[in-house]
Amino acid sequence: MNITIKAALLGSALALASPALAAGTHPDTGEALADSQIYTYRMLDDVKSFDPQINTDVEGSHILRDLFEGLVNSDPQGNSVPGAAESWEVSEDGLTYTFKLRDAKWSNGDPVTAGDFVYAWQRLADPATASEYAWYMELMGVENATKIVAGEMAADMLGATAVDDKTLEVKIDAPRPYFPGMLTHASTFPVNQKVLEEHGDNWTKPGNLVGNGAFVLTDYVPGVKVTRERNEMYWNNDKTVLEQVVALVINDENIALTRYDAGEVDKTDVPAGQYPALKEKLPDETYSTPRSCSYIYMFNLREDGPEALKDVRVRKALSYALNRDVIVDSILKGGQYPSYNWTHQKTAGFEMPEIDYATWSQDERMAKAKELLEEAGYGPGGKPLELTLNYNTSEAHKKIAIAASQMWKQALGANITLANFEWKVHLDKLRNGDFGMARYAWCGDYNEPSTYTDLFTTTSGHNNGKYTNPKYDELAKAAKTSANPAEEYKQMEQLLADDMPIVPVYQYTQVIMVKPDLKGYPFEDLMNNVYSRTMYRTAE
Amino acid sequence: MLGFVLRRIAMAVPVILILIVFSFVLMRAAPGGPFTKERALPPKVLENINAKYGLDDPFLVQIGTYLKNIIFHFDFGPSFVYQDRTVNQIVADGFPVTLTYGFWAFFFAVLIGGALGIAAALKQNTWIDYLAVGFSIGAQALPNFIMAPILVLVFTLWLSWLPGGGWWGGPGDPNSYSSYLVMPVIALATSYLASIARLTRSSMLEVLNSNFVRTARAKGLPDRTIVLRHTLKPALIPVISYLGPAFVGMITGSVVVDMFLSTGGIGKDFVQAALNRDYSVIMGITILVGMLTILFNLLVDVLYAWIDPRIRY
Repeated sequence: MNITIKAALLGSALALASPALAAGTHPDTGEALADSQIYTYRMLDDVKSFDPQINTDVEGSHILRDLFEGLVNSDPQGNSVPGAAESWEVSEDGLTYTFKLRDAKWSNGDPVTAGDFVYAWQRLADPATASEYAWYMELMGVENATKIVAGEMAADMLGATAVDDKTLEVKIDAPRPYFPGMLTHASTFPVNQKVLEEHGDNWTKPGNLVGNGAFVLTDYVPGVKVTRERNEMYWNNDKTVLEQVVALVINDENIALTRYDAGEVDKTDVPAGQYPALKEKLPDETYSTPRSCSYIYMFNLREDGPEALKDVRVRKALSYALNRDVIVDSILKGGQYPSYNWTHQKTAGFEMPEIDYATWSQDERMAKAKELLEEAGYGPGGKPLELTLNYNTSEAHKKIAIAASQMWKQALGANITLANFEWKVHLDKLRNGDFGMARYAWCGDYNEPSTYTDLFTTTSGHNNGKYTNPKYDELAKAAKTSANPAEEYKQMEQLLADDMPIVPVYQYTQVIMVKPDLKGYPFEDLMNNVYSRTMYRTAE
Repeated sequence: MLGFVLRRIAMAVPVILILIVFSFVLMRAAPGGPFTKERALPPKVLENINAKYGLDDPFLVQIGTYLKNIIFHFDFGPSFVYQDRTVNQIVADGFPVTLTYGFWAFFFAVLIGGALGIAAALKQNTWIDYLAVGFSIGAQALPNFIMAPILVLVFTLWLSWLPGGGWWGGPGDPNSYSSYLVMPVIALATSYLASIARLTRSSMLEVLNSNFVRTARAKGLPDRTIVLRHTLKPALIPVISYLGPAFVGMITGSVVVDMFLSTGGIGKDFVQAALNRDYSVIMGITILVGMLTILFNLLVDVLYAWIDPRIRY
């Protein structure tokens, strides 16, 4: 054992030498830069895929935004700004977008052309690719996308065409004012056809992968780390400061925090409940900023669902009796927002309607809850209210569910049985309507309210409680073409508060630690779309 | 002996086949699938995916294709979740890792555990015995999911001796190869070490109190000869039957080590695949573990015959 430890000591001495040197000042802000421009962060899980049209998860998207560049980027505040497209125009009817591409190169030196986008988009919709995000082309409303995904039309009929090498024309089926914002999504990123055809299934391996982003993939150790380095070919390379970005896979958040303290990672997540203590200890490194996700309990409103939940008064009573402040302040403790509506309140273009019970005090809510439940004939003196609450395995979900069931027990005398399931089983039970109430959460795909409101339309793939209100569906449809959809969204939220098909619980914050010398992290972006090229390390 | 080995290998074939069919059926019976997500995929999209992976074929066709690909092409299929990688690649990436730390963990567990057990038995009811037994009970009681975070805290944060996890990335890596091994080996070896120590001690004691040892003492043999020539071999039999499966368990990795120390081994791949319903990966690793188990059980049986001349095949 001794020999191993000695060798280890020698190894850690060598670790002090750093490979990258980039002293100087920041090109825009003029701040003095650190010699070593390496950014290392903690990643919860391994990357599922480096293929923009195959990837489905958030951490993978972060890497893809470094390796590739879509038509539109978001800036650190979350606004849409030109990316691979220099500018774009929209026709008067709002149905045709013309994107002018800037002069940019792939990391192998090939020029980035409109054809690369057409190829990637057709690839996304093509049944042969079998992408899980094929529906995103449909969501964007690109002409013929639905028929292509259904296999009724060839992929080259997609409503995206290269007018010339630098001009991309996109036809969509209905005006969508937020269309450019949807193009920040990684599934719309271009890929280099030549490279894909040359390497086949191995095209995403380091060394083979060719991208048009600010970084290139240089190393991938599955389950351990992903390394990317500056792409000299990137059109705006002069503004890239970081030389190397490393993602370390660390599953356990407490170990990740220890490694953050040891200086091994520059950014990590704060374990649930530890935010106040860390904020006090390290106020300049601990952050809680809005994150576009919403946490709810969904009611099962199906025919064969629990009888009690068919009564809106019971649903309202359960929602009113839930003390969100306790959940947020005593369990989560990370600055999350107690929630009385569905859409994350910081979503761009969202105006909060005046939801009555949001303005009441908790005592008023309790009183109203008791009253409603009594009217419905449940609770003390009436039928006993007995329901099951399903949640998927997680410490935080468990704590919240226990607290909620206690609140319902005390306020309403309701007997809520808690049922914990592994994730896939939880989803399966949701799909099959095998639940009374179920924990659910959704993170927006893009920064616009429809990414939330669409979920409770009658035909939505999320609507497992089978809530249906024709008025809601009509509003959802109208919002797609409305000049000022904020009004429709407001009315939809109002309907959700009136019909109460869900219990809003809380809206997320991103609770993280970031080393004080690391600048340019997009704290203000609700979507947390990180682009490593905006970050840099200052000299201390 | 050769006949015995050949017979056992021939028997392994149907065992593996049964294992494959059984795991295949069980896995498909579990609720949810690899593409079950929060959002139900639109039916057309799901159809395309099922067609790509052959999930729309009848069950018997699926299992037939699966077996055919393994037997004729040694192809265990693509991962359903890690879509850039095949099962062959996942095992090729992860198995060398678990094999390495598992081997060293086994080596130290046997060496230290065995030595502790023998010392405790020879000096029964002395302070050496108490210390060895106390140590092994402590080691057994300390689960590795507690130990791993403590190791990182001590070796990485407090002492700054070792990287807090990960695996050697090649000659360009600033840390040495062995620096990545220390924590996984300690975390994995400890509880095995404790079991080996206790098993060795009790079986050693049993042999030391047996009639033939008493006879050996009565005829005046020196202690050294009694222990080395007459006691050690018979005392090893129960230990060896434990070591076979233990070795397989160690080299196929530990989910705790892989999760907490980010080693990238197949221990984590296996558990993640089960949670993700990554059918092909679960099958691939199950088959690997199954074959290794059969192999090492066979090895143990052969060792028995070598240790105990009364055993003949």
